Amino acid sequence: MSDQPHEISRSSQAARVAAVLGALIIIILVAAPWWAGRADMRLMGELFLYLALASLWNLMAGYAGLVSVGQQAYVGFGGYMLFALTIFGGLHPVFAIAGAGVLGALIAIPVATLIFRLRGAYFAIGTWVIAEVFRLSFAQLSALGGGSGSSLPVGIVRSLASSRSGRESLSYWMALGAAVTAITVVYLMLRSRRGLALTAIRDNELAAGSLGIDIWRTKFVVYVVASGLTAMLGALIFLQKLRISPDAAFSVNDWTAFVIFIVVIGGIGTIEGPIIGTLIFFALRETLADLGTTYLIVLGVVAIVVMLKAPKGVWGFIVERYDIQLLPLRYRVNVKEHAKR
Amino acid sequence: MCAAPFYLKVQMSPILQINGLNKAFGAVTVADDLSFALQQGEALGVIGPNGAGKTTMFNLITGTLAPDKGAILFKGENVTKHSAARRCRAGMARSFQVPQPFSGMSVFENAMVAATQSSGLSGQVAEQLCLDVLDQTALLNKANTLAGSLTLLDRKRLELTRALCAKPKLLMLDEIAGGLTESECTSLIQTIKDIHASGVSIIWIEHVVHALLAVVDRLIVIDFGSKIAEGAPKEIMASPEVQEIYLGIEVDA
Ligand SMILES: Nc1ncnc2c1ncn2[C@@H]1O[C@H](COP(=O)(O)OP(=O)(O)OP(=O)(O)O)[C@@H](O)[C@H]1O
Ligand SMILES: [Mg+2]
Repeated sequence: MSDQPHEISRSSQAARVAAVLGALIIIILVAAPWWAGRADMRLMGELFLYLALASLWNLMAGYAGLVSVGQQAYVGFGGYMLFALTIFGGLHPVFAIAGAGVLGALIAIPVATLIFRLRGAYFAIGTWVIAEVFRLSFAQLSALGGGSGSSLPVGIVRSLASSRSGRESLSYWMALGAAVTAITVVYLMLRSRRGLALTAIRDNELAAGSLGIDIWRTKFVVYVVASGLTAMLGALIFLQKLRISPDAAFSVNDWTAFVIFIVVIGGIGTIEGPIIGTLIFFALRETLADLGTTYLIVLGVVAIVVMLKAPKGVWGFIVERYDIQLLPLRYRVNVKEHAKR
Repeated sequence: MCAAPFYLKVQMSPILQINGLNKAFGAVTVADDLSFALQQGEALGVIGPNGAGKTTMFNLITGTLAPDKGAILFKGENVTKHSAARRCRAGMARSFQVPQPFSGMSVFENAMVAATQSSGLSGQVAEQLCLDVLDQTALLNKANTLAGSLTLLDRKRLELTRALCAKPKLLMLDEIAGGLTESECTSLIQTIKDIHASGVSIIWIEHVVHALLAVVDRLIVIDFGSKIAEGAPKEIMASPEVQEIYLGIEVDA
């Protein structure tokens, strides 16, 4: 093969178009404080945080096979760390968010060594038990309000920005930044050498192990990184809520069930899936929220229909038909033009 | 010492040595005090009836299964406690009899997993290795096909491809010649001969005996988990034990 008639490309036309569109959308979104109303910005901020949570959960469950139903442990932990680090540590909220991430990753290390001994359904149950242990422990912390929780002191809130609209813009931008960061981290991880290992683990653990992939270590890295980032998101979430209590912080519904819904609907094991899933989830929520309990039933029905009719989610359904990808992760072998006969 | 056969003096130390391997699934013994050595650069054939424990032996050697008793030495090191991944990175690669593709990845990406994770290559070096191996295994024209949509035959080719992209020192093949046409079989034999000639040690489990005999230097026979014969291929094939097992199978070496 002296004249190398084949070349490898990782990008595609669709990916290049998507990159340009993505950049445009991000620019428009950054400018939202100048074109969007207060309520819309709140909604979008929440959407970004869910997008980030879903991307991280997808990295764990969709690639590393770590089906956790206990990520609320890290959302709540991060939220509490924000309160502790600002109130008792005197840190500026922005540094407290970073600190919450670091501490979340640190606490994920012993948790991982413990729950990684469990397989399949036992692993999932183990993650939920850990989250309950977290919830009960923080309910014991009287310094942070015990079971009834506490509020972020006004002084700390003011330190973020003096005006209300300034604070609102800032938390909006932080949420947008979190979503972009989460997707970028997932993207870079998947595009690297470790990404090939992760995708291989997603498809076949037996073969992955036999081809030299250290499955335990790969999963461990994913768990610690995803959990640390989830703790940062928790800090951001409760910086917006300004109030924290064990039940809100460690809510399995808010921080795990909805997130799983998003990923499953959008398409597990793809980067694009959580993005589509988040949009669908918010569209449903905003149109059906007035229906009360019926809204939850509709969510359940949608989930079941998608799982039956399109088990790979909406994005999987699209890919099967049109063979496109928006983020250039794949390798494509092309025959060079001049070498064609 | 003077009695040592000539070939032991010229050949290097064994690349693989297994000592007294035992494995039982419940009451069924699938490896019964298995021992043998494979010299550096040697090609060893393994035959035996269905269910004899040949694949189980591969699982034990590569670390997919842990033995109940016994030891596995690879390049002089005791690897019995090492994970499958570690053994692979040390230079063992295998094909699975029941193909285990990464279904959601393309054929080329499957190859890239092996090239990057086991031989630690990256970038263009890894890509070029994959292209060359795919060319060798006749899968290059399907490089962009999802592995999950391949036919059984192509999945077997992919097994061989991945094992080769791992750049093994010891290549272990588990029934890769079944179902091939005559010309495909001839080119497979040539491929494996080339790999062998490049210095790779080989253990090949194969029911297609004529393909096996075209390549291997030595043969072992396994039945009910134990080694019942070992030696030069022609002698082994002519032995009464093997004649009994392979009754009716034409041996055309
Ligand atoms: N994980 C397992 N659990 C229980 N029994 C098993 C397991 N794996 C293999 N066996 C049994 O062990 C025996 C040996 O199987 P093995 O696959 O090693 O045979 P083989 O020589 O490779 O046969 P073949 O030529 O058909 O591939 C069979 O009886 C099989 O049913
Ligand atoms: Mg077998």
